This record gives sequence, structure tokens and C-alpha cells, in this order.
Amino acid sequence: MSSWAMALFQRDLRLSVRIGGSALVGVLFFLAVVTVIPFGVGPDLNLLARIGPAILWIGALLATLLGLDRLFQADREDGTLDLMLMAGRPLELVVLIKCLAHWVATGLPLVVAAPLLSIFLNIDPVAMGAVTLTLLVGTPALTLIGAIGASLTVSLRRGGLLLAVLVVPLAIPVLIFGVSAADAAIHDPVPFMTPFLILCSLSLIAAVIGPIAAALALRFAGD
Amino acid sequence: MSIWDYANPTRFLRLVQIVLPWLIGLCVLAFAAGLYMSFFVAPEDYQQGDTVRIMFIHVPAAWLAMMCYSIMAMSSLGTLVWKHPLADVSAKSAAPIGAAFTFMSLVTGSLWGKPMWGTYWVWDARLTSVLVLLIMYLGLMTLWRTMDDPIKAGKAAAVLTLVGALNLPVIKFSVDWWNTLHQPASVVRMDGPTIHPDILWPLLIMAIAFTLLFFVLHLMAMRNEIMRRRVRALRQRAASVSFPSTATASTQAAE
Repeated sequence: MSSWAMALFQRDLRLSVRIGGSALVGVLFFLAVVTVIPFGVGPDLNLLARIGPAILWIGALLATLLGLDRLFQADREDGTLDLMLMAGRPLELVVLIKCLAHWVATGLPLVVAAPLLSIFLNIDPVAMGAVTLTLLVGTPALTLIGAIGASLTVSLRRGGLLLAVLVVPLAIPVLIFGVSAADAAIHDPVPFMTPFLILCSLSLIAAVIGPIAAALALRFAGD
Repeated sequence: MSIWDYANPTRFLRLVQIVLPWLIGLCVLAFAAGLYMSFFVAPEDYQQGDTVRIMFIHVPAAWLAMMCYSIMAMSSLGTLVWKHPLADVSAKSAAPIGAAFTFMSLVTGSLWGKPMWGTYWVWDARLTSVLVLLIMYLGLMTLWRTMDDPIKAGKAAAVLTLVGALNLPVIKFSVDWWNTLHQPASVVRMDGPTIHPDILWPLLIMAIAFTLLFFVLHLMAMRNEIMRRRVRALRQRAASVSFPSTATASTQAAE
């Protein structure tokens, strides 16, 4: 990775960890979602074990959506985004690096927290590993797809709600295959690898489409 | 005659004025023929009885829901690649029509589902992906409304439309990929339709009628959108002309 890219990555990572504190807030929100579910569906441990992977995935999706509006908005407010647009670096790469830093600051903590939260949901160790693995592979796709929504709503005053509405339909395939891969590891109606590899491919597709679309939208929002 | 000849809105509006009455006439004729055939010519289904007639509304509406999104995706390409001035007008005015058709196919589908499947709604692949399509239409319409500059909003919406177009093949093939309650494709198939001609013909004529209805509504909506933008431009010009004079007037009054 060239030096400017590394510098940008470190800058974004520092900003989101120190100022936003988004890593901690995201995990706290994740914990709150998981805590609320047993109150909603009842504290039946068998039921919780069955729907556990889905709860973790929905929690991760919501936590990701929560932090997304900060991805470009803070940079636009203080003018950094204009500098990035004018710097002559490939904007797609800039977006990709920003997404990577954002994922390390907000997505990765969710993945790390998932095994701990699985205990609350009575998920057995094999399924715990499977859910964590699917989250590790799938949450980058959520961030990259979310970058499209974040770039589209960057010029709006309160874009967060609209962002969620725009991103959720696009994120549904990731959710479907993430949950079905985790389920396959528990009940094995289908082999684990089939949905898992589709999930991997969704992340790779998102890594191509997300930065291109987001860079396009940021250029239009800039002028 | 290329599509660029209608980049000029005035010329486009003139074309609309000529084409629209004919299109409306054809649309009414097609609906008259299609509705007559679907009520009186098409036989009752041996299993489903009269409820099979819901199909003549349901299937064309679902087709149109997808065709409308395809047209929006093509218009978005026109906005982003060729910067055709009418492309985002076309995309913007197609969105509410597409949302209406999608809603119509969902409502008629669930009305048909109650007697056939015993439930108004199942989370099956086709139904869910069409519901996602409806959410995307509504999200796009919201995105258009939140930005006050139509050009900027058009570009942002075009990006989202193209990304969302990935959903279209998922809807089309959802009944083949996932084995669910919704019946598999029976009209557009490699080995020819599997529907009896007595039912197929009314269905095709209704599909043509719906398509004509779409083009009538789309052209009308595009005309309205062009007018709306002209009014907006005139208002802005009026505001920019009158504002300095009122400003000086008020300062004079203050003095």
C-alpha cells in the first residue's frame, strides 16, 4: 500500500476511534439489540438458540447502519472531502480505503463481540464459530454497500434515516446468505460452504460496485 | 431521427402533443378488448374458478413493475453517461408509476393468494423481492424529494437506480432459484408458454394495454415535470431579479 493510502487509512481509523468513539458505541448498540430480543420473543433458550444467528446478523446490520452517516459527512463538513476530491488520487481507491478504515473501527468490533453475545443467546460453539465467520466475511459488504447510501445522502442535513431506507434493500441479499450460512452450520440442510461462498462473492461484488458508485455520487455531490 | 433530436424540451413537448392522443386511443381500445376477453372469452380455470381472472391484472402489473425499473435504469445510464437532458426527467417521472404498478401487483397477488394459498402473504422469494422493489421505488422517490436541485438529485438517484438494478434479475429468477410457493415462469420460457391459448391471449392483450397505459402516464408525467422545472426556473429568475431591488428599497426605507 502506498504511503498516502496508509496515511489516509490511519487518519480515518484514528478519527473514528478517538473522536467518534464509534467502535464502542457500535458494540454497545449491538449489545442493546441482543438484550432487547429476549424481552420481545420470550426467554426460551431453545428458541433463542434457533434464531440466534439471525438476531446477531440483524444486530450487526442495524449497528452498521447506525455508524454509516459519519463515513463522509464529517469530512464534508470540515472541507476535507473537497480536498480529497481535488487531490488527484483515484477517488474510488480513497472511498475503498475510507470504507476499510470504517470497517476496522466499527465492523470488526462487532465481529469480535459476536462470540461473547452468542453465549447470551445459547448458541453452541460450532454455530458460534460459524456466525462469527459469516459476520467477518459479510460485514465488509454491509459497509461497502452502505458507502453508496452515505455518499448519496452526504449533502443532506439529516441523511441518516434516508440512508437506512436506501441501504436496507441492497443489504438484504447479504443478510439472507449470512444467516443461511450460519443456519447451515447448525442444522445442515445444505452444506455450509455453498451459502458461505455466495456471501464471500457478495462481499467481493460490493468491493467493486460500492466504491465506484460512491465515488460517482461524491463527485456529483461536490460540484 | 435520433434520441438527441428530443434533447430540446420544446421539441419533445411538441412530439408528446402529437403522440399522446393516439396513444390514449390505442390504450382505451386495448383495455376494452383485453377486459372483454378476460371477463367473457377466457374460460374459468378448472381448479381456481373465477379467481384466475385476477391474473389478467396481476401478471401485467408485475411485468410493468419490472419494465418500469428497467426504463429507469436505462434513463439513469442516459443521465450519467450521455448526460441527456431528458433522461433524469424520464427516470423521475417513471418512479411513482413503477411504485404504483408494484403496489398493484402486490395487492392483487395477496388477494389471489388468500383463496389459493390460504394466506395473504408468505415470505417467499418472489413476493419478498417484489416488496424490496417497492421499497426501492419509495426510497428513490424520497431521495428525489430531499434534494432541491433537480439536476443534482437526478444524478444521485441515477447512481442508486443503477445499483438497485441488480435486484431485477433476482426477481426474475427468484422462482427458479428458490423452490417456493409462487408458481414458476409459465409465459416467457425457452420452450414456449405453458398456458392454454384461451387464457394466454387475453393476458397478452392486457399486457399490451398496461404497457400503453404506462407510456401514456409516463409521457404525461414527463410533460408535467418539464413544466414544473420551467416554473421553477422562472421563479428563480424572478427572485434573483426582484431580490436586489427589494433589498435596496428596504435599505432606502431604513435610511
